[in-house]
Amino acid sequence: MFELPSGAEIQGIIASLKVSVGFFIPEIYLSLLFMLLIVVDLVAKGRKNTMLAISTLVGLAGSFFFIYQQHSLQMGEIFFGMYVLDEFALFFKYFSVLSGMLAVIVTMADEQFEREVKSMGEYYALIVSMVIGMIMMASSSDLMMIFLSMELVSFTAYILTGYFKRDQRSSEAALKYLVYGAVSSGLMVYGFSLIYGLTAETNLIKIGVALAADGNAHSLLLMMASLLVIAGFGYKIGAVPFHFWTPDVYEGAPTPITAYLSVASKAAGFALLMRFFYIAIPHGTSTISSQTGNDWITLLLILSVASMIYGNVVALWQKNVKRMLAYSSIAHAGYLLLGIIVMGKFGTQATLFYLLSYFLMNFGAFYVVILIANKTGSENLDDYRGLGKKMPLAGAALTVFLVSLVGLPPTLGFIGKLMIFSALIAKGSIYIWLAFIGIMTSVISLYYYMLIPLNMYLREPRQMDEKDMNPGLFAQVLMAVLMFMTIYFGLYFAPLSDFAKYSSAMFGISLN
Amino acid sequence: MLSLIVFLPIIAGLIILAVPSSQKQIIRIVSLLAALAQGVLSVLIWRDYNPSLPGITAGPGGSPLGSFQFVERVPWINLDLAGFGPLNIEYFVGVDGISVTMVILTALVSAIGILSSWPIQKQVKGYFILYNLLASAMMGCFVALDFFLFYVFWEVMLLPMYFLIGIWGGPNREYAAIKFFLYTLFGSVFMLLVMIALYFSVTDPVTGNHTFSLVAMATQSNFIKDSILGPDNVMWRYVSFIVLFIGFAIKVPMFPFHTWLPDAHVEAPTPISVILAGVLLKLGTYGMIRINFPIFPEVFQAGMYVIGIFGAINIIYGAMCALAQQDLKKMVAYSSISHMGYVLLGLSAGNSEGMVGALYQMFNHGTITAMLFLLVGVIYDRAHTRQIDKFGGLASHMPHYAAFVTVAWFASLGLPGLSGFISEALVFVGAFSSVTTRYIAMVSVLGIVFGAAYLLWSLQRMFLGQRKPDAAYDLVAGEDGHEHIHFHDWKGKIDLDARELVMLVPLLVITIVLGVYPMPILGMLTSSINKLVEVLSPVVLSQL
Repeated sequence: MFELPSGAEIQGIIASLKVSVGFFIPEIYLSLLFMLLIVVDLVAKGRKNTMLAISTLVGLAGSFFFIYQQHSLQMGEIFFGMYVLDEFALFFKYFSVLSGMLAVIVTMADEQFEREVKSMGEYYALIVSMVIGMIMMASSSDLMMIFLSMELVSFTAYILTGYFKRDQRSSEAALKYLVYGAVSSGLMVYGFSLIYGLTAETNLIKIGVALAADGNAHSLLLMMASLLVIAGFGYKIGAVPFHFWTPDVYEGAPTPITAYLSVASKAAGFALLMRFFYIAIPHGTSTISSQTGNDWITLLLILSVASMIYGNVVALWQKNVKRMLAYSSIAHAGYLLLGIIVMGKFGTQATLFYLLSYFLMNFGAFYVVILIANKTGSENLDDYRGLGKKMPLAGAALTVFLVSLVGLPPTLGFIGKLMIFSALIAKGSIYIWLAFIGIMTSVISLYYYMLIPLNMYLREPRQMDEKDMNPGLFAQVLMAVLMFMTIYFGLYFAPLSDFAKYSSAMFGISLN
Repeated sequence: MLSLIVFLPIIAGLIILAVPSSQKQIIRIVSLLAALAQGVLSVLIWRDYNPSLPGITAGPGGSPLGSFQFVERVPWINLDLAGFGPLNIEYFVGVDGISVTMVILTALVSAIGILSSWPIQKQVKGYFILYNLLASAMMGCFVALDFFLFYVFWEVMLLPMYFLIGIWGGPNREYAAIKFFLYTLFGSVFMLLVMIALYFSVTDPVTGNHTFSLVAMATQSNFIKDSILGPDNVMWRYVSFIVLFIGFAIKVPMFPFHTWLPDAHVEAPTPISVILAGVLLKLGTYGMIRINFPIFPEVFQAGMYVIGIFGAINIIYGAMCALAQQDLKKMVAYSSISHMGYVLLGLSAGNSEGMVGALYQMFNHGTITAMLFLLVGVIYDRAHTRQIDKFGGLASHMPHYAAFVTVAWFASLGLPGLSGFISEALVFVGAFSSVTTRYIAMVSVLGIVFGAAYLLWSLQRMFLGQRKPDAAYDLVAGEDGHEHIHFHDWKGKIDLDARELVMLVPLLVITIVLGVYPMPILGMLTSSINKLVEVLSPVVLSQL
């Protein structure tokens, strides 16, 4: 029977909530920003869209201050174990805010918005709300919170995908996204319910303890639950076989949203995946054989191999650049999963590092794709012919980002792959075959990535039109900066790597 | 000094970036100056190089100093890997006898390539930026003593090469460019895995940390006992050797990985063919000598005869393919495959004579093949065709050209008195004196016969006799009563012009001088090769 708590207990709860709020300031700040943007949208006049964009940018930048403050706080659980603050979560806070900012910048560059939509009011507010959702995804440590934060991200993403109301592709993409999202959320919640049935807990750490005490008593049920949960997470990270939405959504969505989804929401999915499986589902740490026999590692292993092969092979036939990048993002989910499979500190560091490199190169690539689409009105591979001459900087920048996506030195993408493969090989000979598959598929990826420079440089345009192809000073500078960073960090990656190492500490588990 | 010689072309490339693309002459001159400065530096290195220091492994006390020369070593990236320990990557360059000859060759061929690029009119700025990037990366590969650094240079070469073939190449360039890129990348990604595995298996004797240093890896006692590539882990050591070897063999190119080479050569513009044959192919065999063999000596011992067999296949198969070619450039490309086979054969002998011969052959093949491709370029510029049977009787109309071709062709087939003879002779001496490769060497001698056949036959068809009815040029009666040759839409000099002579004469002189007096190069090689043979020898191995 449900008993009313006593007064003292209520006092205790309130006191604890008050303490917890102190650990929750960035999220509160961002929520206020979200509301502020709606107000700005209502009261502002004149150049409203630019004003909104600028205030979103400034507002998001302001949140860095509050996130930075959190480094000095005691890492730990808040809100009765619903939520945690740790270095791992902080990494994704920076990551989410930064990707939100880049999404805003990229949106400002995209001329399609001027043609398609009049008011951008909700758009920027929704980007902020997605940032909040992703931060919460990375910090949740309770099944309830995981579900809530995931849905927050998903719902915002559905709306943003369908933001071009009059564009059929955009609406179709949003609907597909919604249907797939609903199904996979349902599966995931079912998985959660099985876990709750096994342990009677919703807190990840407590689940972990309970399942460890349980031993192998319910291994089949646990396997089922893991599979169902992976269906939910796999949908967010876009791994095979939960990838079916990616090509259509990536192609149909406004390009800035495609970039945003492919980087940020994928990263948040990875954060959740790591935290959930590392902490909640027990894993053998004593010997290597008990690790390979472990259920969820095997499941992720299959996912990873399938994603690497499928993503890279299917991308070979794509004629639309956005669609090609969609398949490449599936493949990259496979590479990222490799780092999680290793399941140690080094693996986590490698995964986080890879996320950073993927962030830079993928955003860069999408940004250039937008700039090119502004001028040519097309994302078809054929229309990239001869662009290298007409837009020299854009061509060079896109080539650098693509080379980085392949993983060739001296770019950041190479170091990302180096870290992931190092983590695999450091584990001994059991995972070398995985590294082999990873490396073989990246050779395949060279072919389709190089199709873009091939069209830009090696082929002459069909008709020479003397249109002005200058993307503008700001775009030139931003491209140059992103390109420079991709190469600079490819040659000197110590700061990023140290940051990734610092961030690999997760509350509630000590990885080795 | 070595850093300067490596990065000079990149600096030139950055300067070119700032030059407006209409200033073609400035762009060319800047590139040429950088190449000449590289040449001067390489002469200084050649002068100051002390041939008595062996290289290959660390000197006394585990330090590379006292063994390698012109060493520059600074920490590049130091970071902490979670749960593993520090990762140290160094900017570590230096030369020993093996690399110093290649440095000289690279500087020489790069400069000649620039001269050969002079007539290029299409996107001059982009061309020279990529060319300079390529030149830097090649030089970097030869001086890098840190595996990570080596790998970075190795991969940086690919992209410029892709574009240089793909943009400035012939009609089928897209196919040739991507084929080159995929083949070499396929080889090098496996090198990446081996590199990582080696890092986890080797410690620097001085610092005790894991290291990427190739110098430390060349000493077997630096391997950690139970690591993945440790001395007991026989299977993985064999696997690593094989994948590394394939990676380098693709570059050589060794049969059956050679099919990218004829395509790349046929499509590439002349200067890129020169670079490709003159320097890039050597990177394959250089990689074997620097990385493959000293790091896995026992696998090398076990696989010597296999390498020898592949060398023999290369020699004979390459020569037979060359015999069948109608396209002059394709013939020269296949002759490259054949000649790189001698290098493989010499290496597989595993003794000083064979190895010195192999290294010397690398140098000579660089100069001779560069000359061959330049000469092919000369006739292609004029006639716009390379079909051997579209010519005939050229000797009487282009006497200088014919003379150069004759000397180059003879050098290529190994006529005594020219440099190719000495290296091939050394290779055969080495291969005969080693029991494992004796019979292979006997079969390989056939290659010389085929070589003489295709070279002499092409010489005869092109230069002797009369103009063929469907030839690529006309004969016009001049005012003096003699017949003169006339190429369609060629306005320049019929015989070699000044720029072509500037490119060809130094190569010709080197070929002749080194054929008569090989010591300038051999002297630099000997002590390093002796050290290498010692490192690889079974006696030393059994003492481990």
